[in-house]
Amino acid sequence: MKSHRFDMVYLIVGSLAAWEVTSLLVGGTLTPPLETLARAGSLVVSKPFWIQAEATAHTLFFACAIVFGGGLAAGSLIGSSRLASDVVEPILTPMYAIPKIALYPIILLIFGLSPLATIVFAAIHGIFPVMIFTIAGLRKIKPIYVHTARVMRLTRFRTIVSVLLPAALPEIVAGLRVGFATTLFGALIAELFASTGGLGFMLIRATDNHNMTDVMAITVLLFVFAILANSLISRLEVHVRHSKL
Amino acid sequence: MARRGAFWIRTGLILVALAGLEIACRTGQLSRLSVIAPSEMVESAWKILASGQATPDLLFSLKNTALAATISIFVGFALGVALHFLPRLRQASDPMLAAYYAVPTFVLYPVLIILFGLGSASLVILGSLFGVVSMVVSTLIGLDSVSPALRDTAVAMRIGPVRSLFFIEVPAASLHLVGGVKLAIAYSIIGIVAGEFILSTNGIGKQIAFAYNDFNTPAMYGFLVLLLSFVIIVNLALQKFENSMHARWGI
Repeated sequence: MKSHRFDMVYLIVGSLAAWEVTSLLVGGTLTPPLETLARAGSLVVSKPFWIQAEATAHTLFFACAIVFGGGLAAGSLIGSSRLASDVVEPILTPMYAIPKIALYPIILLIFGLSPLATIVFAAIHGIFPVMIFTIAGLRKIKPIYVHTARVMRLTRFRTIVSVLLPAALPEIVAGLRVGFATTLFGALIAELFASTGGLGFMLIRATDNHNMTDVMAITVLLFVFAILANSLISRLEVHVRHSKL
Repeated sequence: MARRGAFWIRTGLILVALAGLEIACRTGQLSRLSVIAPSEMVESAWKILASGQATPDLLFSLKNTALAATISIFVGFALGVALHFLPRLRQASDPMLAAYYAVPTFVLYPVLIILFGLGSASLVILGSLFGVVSMVVSTLIGLDSVSPALRDTAVAMRIGPVRSLFFIEVPAASLHLVGGVKLAIAYSIIGIVAGEFILSTNGIGKQIAFAYNDFNTPAMYGFLVLLLSFVIIVNLALQKFENSMHARWGI
C-alpha cells in the first residue's frame, strides 16, 4: 500500500490556504493566518497573557480534581451495584444533553462572582461524563471477577480498588479524556459569561474591543492547548488498553 | 422486575429532593434571592407562557435551533458519505474528527460575531458547528457497519451507486444514523443556548442571562423550567423513536 504520510500535512496547508483566501475576500475583518500566529507568538511571551492563563489553569486544576476524584468515587460506588446503576443511569444520561450554561446563574447566585463559582460550574460539566463512563466500564466487567473477589472474601472497598477499577481502566481513562474536554469547555464558558479573570475573560474583552487579531490568536492558542491535552490523554488510553491482560 | 423497582426508587428520590427544596424555601431556610420553591418556578414558567411576553424569544430560539439541527444533519450526512467514498481523505481527517469535541468550539463564537454580526446567522452557524461532526462520525460508523453481503447483492442486481446508497446502505445504517441525529440535535441546542447566553439580541438563553442580571430570580427560574422541559421532551421523543427502531431491527 502506498504511504499517505503527508496527507495530514496537505490537509493542514489546505485549511491555512482557505483561511488566507477567506481573510483576503472579507478584507481586514478576518486576520490572516501568519499575522494571527505572529500575535499568538507575542502573546505567549507576554506577561498579561500568563496572568490570565494562570487563572484558567487554576480553575481547570481544581475543577479537574473534583471531576476526577468525585466522578470516579461516585461512579465506582454506583457502578458496583446493579440496583444503584439502574436507578441513577437514566438521570445521568440526559444531564449530558442539557445546556448546562443555563445553570450558571444559579451557581453565581449561590457562590457569588468568584473563582469558586467558575470551578464549581466547570466541574458540573465534567463530572457527568466521568460518572457515565465509569459506571458503563464497571457494568461491563466479566462476572467471574466479581465472583472471585467474593470467594476471596474481599470487602466492598477492596473489591472496587483492586478488582473492579483495574478491570474497567480503559473505559475510565476514556471517561477522563471526555471529562477533561467538557471541564475545559465549562471553565471557558463561565469565564466568557462572567468572571474575574482567565483566558475566556480575555477573549470576551478582545471581542468587546473588536480586536480581531487578539480574538483569533487566543482562539488558536486555546485550540492548540486542547488538542495537545487530548492527544496526551489519548496516548495514555492506548497504553492502558494494550497493557491490559 | 428489577428495572421497575429502579424506576420507582428513582421517581421517589426525585420527588423527595423536590419536596425537600420546596420545604427549605417555604420555611425560609434558603434566600429567596438565590433559590425559589419548585412550585413557584413552575408558576413563573406558566406566567411567562400565558402572558405571551416571551413568545418572540421562544420562537427565535426554536427557529434557530431547528435550522442549525437541520444543517448539522444534512451537511453531516453529506460529508460522512463523501468521506466514506474517499478513503484517503478520510484517513487524513480521522484524527481531526476524533479530537473535534475535545476542542472548545465555542470560543469561535466571538470570531463569528465579528464576521457575521450579532444575530441569527452567527447563532445558527455556531449551533451547526456543534452538531455537524457528531453526524459525520455517526454516518461513517453506520456505513462501515453495513454488511458486505448487502453491497455484493446490490452489485449482483446491478443497482447503481446512488440507488444502492439510499435504498440499501442508508436503511442498513439507520440505527447509527438515528443516533447521529439525536446527538446533532442535542449539540445544536447546547451551542445555540450557550451563544444566546453569552451575547445575543434575543432568545431564551438571553432571557435567562437578562433575568439574572436584573435580579429577577422568579423570571430566571421560569425560563429555566421552560428550557429544561423543552430539552427533556425533545430527548424523550428521540429516545422513544430510537427504541422503536431498535425494536424494529430486533436488537
